[in-house]
Parts: sequence; structure tokens; C-alpha cells
Amino acid sequence: MTVAAIDRAPAAVPAGLARGRGGGGPASKRVVVAYGFWIFILGDMVMFSALFAAFAVLRNSTAGGPTGAELFDLRNVFIETMCLLVSSYTCGLGALSAERRQPGRFLAFAVLTFVLGAAFLFIEVSEFARMVEKGAGPSRSAFLSAFFTLVGTHGVHVAGGMIALIYLVAQVLAYGLPAAVLRRLLCWSLFWHALDIVWVGVFTLVYLMGDWH
Amino acid sequence: MLGKLSWAAIPFNEPLPLLAGAAVCIVILAVLLTVTIKGWWPYLWREWITSVDHKRIGVMYVVLGLVMLLRGYSDAIMMRTQQAIAIGSAQGYLPPEHFDQIFSAHGTIMIFFVAMPLVIGLMNFAVPLQLGVRDVAFPVLNSVSFWLTATGALLINMSLVIGVFSRASWWGYPPLSELAFSPDVGVDYYLWSLQISGIGTLLTGVNFVTTILKLRAPGMTYMRMPVFCWTALSANLLIVAAFPVLTATFLMLLLDRYLGMHFFTNDAGGNQMMYVNLFWAWGHPEVYILVLPAFGIFSEVVAVFCGKGLFSYRSMVWATLGICILSFMVWLHHFFTMGAGADVNAFFGIMSSIIAVPTGVKVFNWLFTMFRGRIVFSTSMLFTVGFIITFVIGGLTGVLLAVPPVDFVVHNSAFLVAHFHNVIIGGVVFGALAGINYWFPKAFGFTLDERLGKASFWCWLIGFYLAFMPLYQLGLMGMTRRLQHIPDPSWQPLLLVAEAGAIVIFLGILCQIAQLFLSIRTRERRLDLTGDPWNGRTLEWSTSSPPPAYNFAVLPRVETIDAFWHMKRIGRPPVAPAYEAIEMPRNSPAGFITAFFATIMGFSLIWQIWWLALLGFLAAAIVVLIAGWRIEREDEIPAAEVAQMELAR
Repeated sequence: MTVAAIDRAPAAVPAGLARGRGGGGPASKRVVVAYGFWIFILGDMVMFSALFAAFAVLRNSTAGGPTGAELFDLRNVFIETMCLLVSSYTCGLGALSAERRQPGRFLAFAVLTFVLGAAFLFIEVSEFARMVEKGAGPSRSAFLSAFFTLVGTHGVHVAGGMIALIYLVAQVLAYGLPAAVLRRLLCWSLFWHALDIVWVGVFTLVYLMGDWH
Repeated sequence: MLGKLSWAAIPFNEPLPLLAGAAVCIVILAVLLTVTIKGWWPYLWREWITSVDHKRIGVMYVVLGLVMLLRGYSDAIMMRTQQAIAIGSAQGYLPPEHFDQIFSAHGTIMIFFVAMPLVIGLMNFAVPLQLGVRDVAFPVLNSVSFWLTATGALLINMSLVIGVFSRASWWGYPPLSELAFSPDVGVDYYLWSLQISGIGTLLTGVNFVTTILKLRAPGMTYMRMPVFCWTALSANLLIVAAFPVLTATFLMLLLDRYLGMHFFTNDAGGNQMMYVNLFWAWGHPEVYILVLPAFGIFSEVVAVFCGKGLFSYRSMVWATLGICILSFMVWLHHFFTMGAGADVNAFFGIMSSIIAVPTGVKVFNWLFTMFRGRIVFSTSMLFTVGFIITFVIGGLTGVLLAVPPVDFVVHNSAFLVAHFHNVIIGGVVFGALAGINYWFPKAFGFTLDERLGKASFWCWLIGFYLAFMPLYQLGLMGMTRRLQHIPDPSWQPLLLVAEAGAIVIFLGILCQIAQLFLSIRTRERRLDLTGDPWNGRTLEWSTSSPPPAYNFAVLPRVETIDAFWHMKRIGRPPVAPAYEAIEMPRNSPAGFITAFFATIMGFSLIWQIWWLALLGFLAAAIVVLIAGWRIEREDEIPAAEVAQMELAR
């Protein structure tokens, strides 16, 4: 099934009117919803960029406390990263099965995505707990405040995404895969991939460059 | 159980805030009582509170802005009076502790709950009509945005009676706003009300960018959009790109205050200047979020009331987009005195001066539109002419301030206060008032009284000059801003002139209230039956006044810029339109209920009543989940009914 057939195309517009850019009349609902969600993600990225900027400014303000090199365990972070990256892959496969109206396959991939997301969160939270135990909590230094806030905000987004996934799976079970549910799934997968991109930034700027010093 | 909240939070020993609070409560109760007695609740609930119609939401935004203008104005007159009398040995009537709360509340309210709602309200009302479509991209989200803004306004006003407001000014710079120096709930009121209303604003930005880029009438290419839509697009792009920075910054300050983190503290490596940089990385674009739509309103008004097309539409569009981009490259001019060094200051000084170029292009476009036009000096047009003159003065003092050596001298002085009031009153407020006079007949089906409208214009204009020109001079004489007590008696005469100016502005506000009242009383005589009272040029004037819920029975076909003008000129052939069934979004209480729980959550977070905050959050989240569960959100108006409604016009 092609994308265009899922949503009603807008009424045909005479060629003379549509000449030039953007003269084709209102876009289809699928385009409007997905486009709006892209813009929302853009806003979310801007928020993360402010948190990244704060981390960059404060990364050396350890106030005599532990540095990143002393705290980070790159092996764990690597496993964590792999969980999230693979979950993006399964999320993509799930989105494809949904578009092909295969609810069974979709549900299987959704469960897999959820499990990988949960594994990521579990590793992250246990890292946090270990650091707090060592006396390296968020109130120890400006560096740690920035670290916990940046990584924690990403973690909260992942947790929110997982709750949304449960909610959408419930909708699929209740309604099947009508156009409205497909639009929501599309937005959800955009969100999940965006979190992956943020994590690539976190992995590079926080962990790799932090461990390097 | 109740966190920090106790009876001590209510200022029984301070008569002034208590009386003001009591007066506000009595007014609110009186309104609620009238509504109950007259049995208006079902109507209000059905037609306004749960409405997802962009026109209704726009009107509610404007009403919110005007009501809060009264609150912000009363703060202003209190400060003016204090400065006019607390001179030499006299201490005035406001203790420092109270004065500090008043200037903080004045700035916060005027920017976030007067200027923003007025501008967003006018965009809400006019943009979909100008684009020739039936609603915004996400109507329910639009309602959520409005009610979250209202939540913010409500929380800020609660601080009048319960507890205190921030003393750390409208920008809340640390370390003063940190827990160590502001241990009470004032800063928390400030932070939470702006966080909650900020989410509403971000959602508005998402909604309008999508609407303008993806929902336009057939044939409306980008270069056929009305200029107001272009400025609205730029403003909303700025909202999406700037407001999340404010959210992140406030999040960091909140974490400092609530969880003992060290982003901006004096100890443990915190960095206060990072707050200042991040704040203004949002704050300068915010200036253009407010003023660009005002520029758009003036562009519409000037073309209509001069009876000719806007001079050089294309350069107007490019100037708008230029300002949109440049606005992100100038933030450091708010704190040249930080000590970033000559190179950095020179860069930001030059960038700030460059912004005057596209703005100048706009001014010349307006002037050339007026040149040899048949100018009708209606109220909106008077505000436009007043704006052009006033804004040029404000712009010039802005270019002065953009020169770092000059800025070092007048930084934080009354000169600066005069400058930004000059551009915000002369630009944003005049723009909003012009827009209200211009679109009122479209919204309600009758025109506003012109005589009182013009009287209000003259009061605003003269009052503004009396109130703020003396401040320029006082700034050059060495008066710093936010003085609770005036050390130099030679400043008093000018301060008295400024006080007189503030009173003249109040006369302007009274004229507007009278204008509204009188126009409603005599509405039978001033009905707008054509839908086009000003001989307009853009599509909103092609439908009836007020427009039906669906705006256009048949979506207009756009062939040029100033589409409606073109249609009138070629005399559209009278073909019988083929009416089709119209899908309209259903009303939804989701916005109101979410905001209700968000208010509870915000209030409990401020007072650290954790269990209630959690309940409020969960309840709001559940409302969102319930609202998101529905698949069918539209009702269909059958074609026959549309035809009937159109015939009845």
C-alpha cells in the first residue's frame, strides 16, 4: 500500500492556479500532522542544544570533585548506545509493518523496541545510582549538574516515548490500523529516531570527549 | 501536608496588596455571579471555553491581553508615583521590598501576558482568514495553548494575595534569583507561571508554522501571501527556535532552586553569565516575535487606508525574513558590560546596527505606500502614522545603544528604559491597538466608534511622549533604572512630567473602554453588512462579518497578491457556487481541563506540596491521553445546511 492511498489527497487544483511555489491548496492531513510534528521536534532539539551548550560551558567546572574520566564506564555506555540504536532499527521495521497493515508484525517489533528502550533506561538509571552512591550526585559540582540534566532530560524523553508506545499499542489493539492511528505511529517513530540523534550527540560530547581528557 | 503554605503567606499586615487583591477577587466574584444569575454558563462553555474555533480563541487571547494590560498599567502608575514623590528626605509610599516586586511583576506581565496574548490573539484571528482556510492546523492544540497561557496569568496574579512575587526583575538574573538570595516563593511564581505559559506559546508556534506553510487556499503561493501572514510566519519560526531555550534556562534555574544543583550559583563552579547569555538568546528574538506581527498589521492597515497596494511587497517580505535571521545574532548587546572584550562587542555592535537596515526598508515602504495615496485617517491609520514617527525615534536610540562605548555610559539607565518602552509601546502596543480597531468589525459584525478611537490614539501618543521623553534626558543626567528612592532633587520636575504622561495614557485606556462600551450600545447603527467595511484587499474581507464557523463556504481561488482586491476589480462572474459538505473540528474541553490541572500542579510546585503536584500532573496527563484516544474529531456540516447559511447572509 502506498503512502498516498492511505490519506485522502486534497481536491484537484487547476494547473493555472497551482503554478509557482506552494499554490496547490491545503495539504493532506497526513502531511500536516507529520510536518507539525517535525516542527515540534525541531523545538525539542533547540531545547537540547541549550542543555548541550550549558554542558560545554560547565564541563570543566568540577569544583574539585570527580571528572568525567573518573566516573564514566565506557563499556556500559557502549552497551547502552547499542540498545538505543538497535531499538531505532526495530522501530523502523515496526513502522514499515504498520504501513503495510500487518498488525501482528507491528506488535512484535513494538515489543522489541520497548524492551530495548527499557534496557537502555535500566543501564542509565543504574549508572546514575552508582554515581550518586559515590558522592558524585548532581549537586556535587556544576559539571555534574549539567551532566545529570542533559543525560537525564534525554532519559525522561525515552521514558515518555515508552509510555506513548504503550498507549499507541493500545490504540492499535482497539482500532486496528486506520489512517488516524497510522499518523500517530508516524509521529511516534519520528520522535524515537530524534532521540537517537540526540543520544549520538550525548555519546560523543559527554562520554567520548569526557573520557578522553 | 501543605508544604510551605500557611496563613503567613497572606499579607494581612500590608494593606496595599491585600486591598488590591480583595478588589480583584470582588470583581471576579461579581463577574462569576452575573454569569450564574443570567444563566450564561452553558453558552460560555459551549461557545467559548470548549471552542476550538481560531476566531473565538483569538478573541479570548485579546481579552486576556487587555485585562492584563490594566494590571500591568497599575503597576506602572504605582512606580511612576513612587519616583515622583520619594525624593530627598521623603521615602514615598512603597517600601523597597514592595517596589522590587512591582517592577518585576510589571515587566513580566507586560511582556508575557499583555504583548504576547495581544499579538498571538490577532494572529489567531486573522491568519487563517487571510490564508483563505477554515482553521489552523491543530485546532484542539490551539485551545490548549490559550488555556495554558491563561494558567500562567492566573498564577502570577495569585502571588498578589498568596505569598510574594519575585524581586529579581522580569529577567530573574542569578545569583539574586537563586535560593540563597531569594528564599521565598517569589521567583518560583515567576518560573512556574512562565514555564507553563511557555509550553502554550511553543505549541502556538508549532501550530502556526504548520498552518502557514501547509494550509493555504488553492493558488496562494508564498509570494501571494498577505504581509501579515509572512510576519506571523517569521514570528512563529522565532517562537519555535527561541522559546525552548527559555524553557531549558528556566529548567536549570529551577533545578538549582529545587534540587540544589549548581548551574548559576556562586559556589561549586556555577556560571551566572551563562544564564544571562541563554536568557537573551531567547530574549532578543522575543523582541521580534512581538514586533514583526505588529509590522505586519501596519502593512495591512497602510495599504487599505491609502487605497493602493503595499509599496514593494517583495522587499517587505525579504526585510521580514532578514530581521528574523539577524535577530539571533545580536543578543550580546544586552550586556556589553559583561567584559567579553572589544572584538566580541564590536561584532555584536555591528550586527545590532545592521538590523536597522531591513527595518529602514520597511519604514520607507510604508512611507512610499502613503505617498500619493488617498489616505483615510481612521483610528488604525492614526496608530500607524504615530507608530512610524515614534518607532523611528526608538530605532535611532537603539542604534545609539548598539555602539558599545555609548552603551557603557548609559547601560542600565533611564535612557535604556525610555528606549525599549519607545519601541514596545510605539511598535507593539500601537500595532495591537491598530489591529484591534481594524479587525473588530470582522470579529463582531459592527465597527468601533471612530471619535473615541481617535481620542484614545491622541491620549496614547501624547501620554507616551510625556512619559518617556523625560526618561531619555534623566538617563543622560545619570539616573539608573529601578530606583525606589530618588537621591537628586533636580530630577523631580522631569519625573513629574513623566507621571503626567502616565496619567494621559490612562485617559487613553479610559477612552478605549468607553469606545467599546458605546460601540456595543449603538451596534445596531454601525452594523457591517457587507463584510468589507474598509474596502479591504485581503481574503478575510471577502467573507461575512462575523464569519461563519467554517470561514469560507467554498475555499477561494487565489490568483494574485491582494487576492480580494483583484476579485473586486475584475468583478467575479456570479456563478452559483457548488456547496460541499464541510468537516469541522468538534469542540473539546481538553484545553480547559488540562490547564485547570496544570494550574493546580503549578501552584503546588510553587508551594512544594508534592503530593498535590503529582496528582495535578497525573490528572493533566490523563486528560491528554483521553483526548488523544478519539479517532473521529470532526463533525460534518451537510452541504444543504451550508447552502442555507450562505443564503441567509
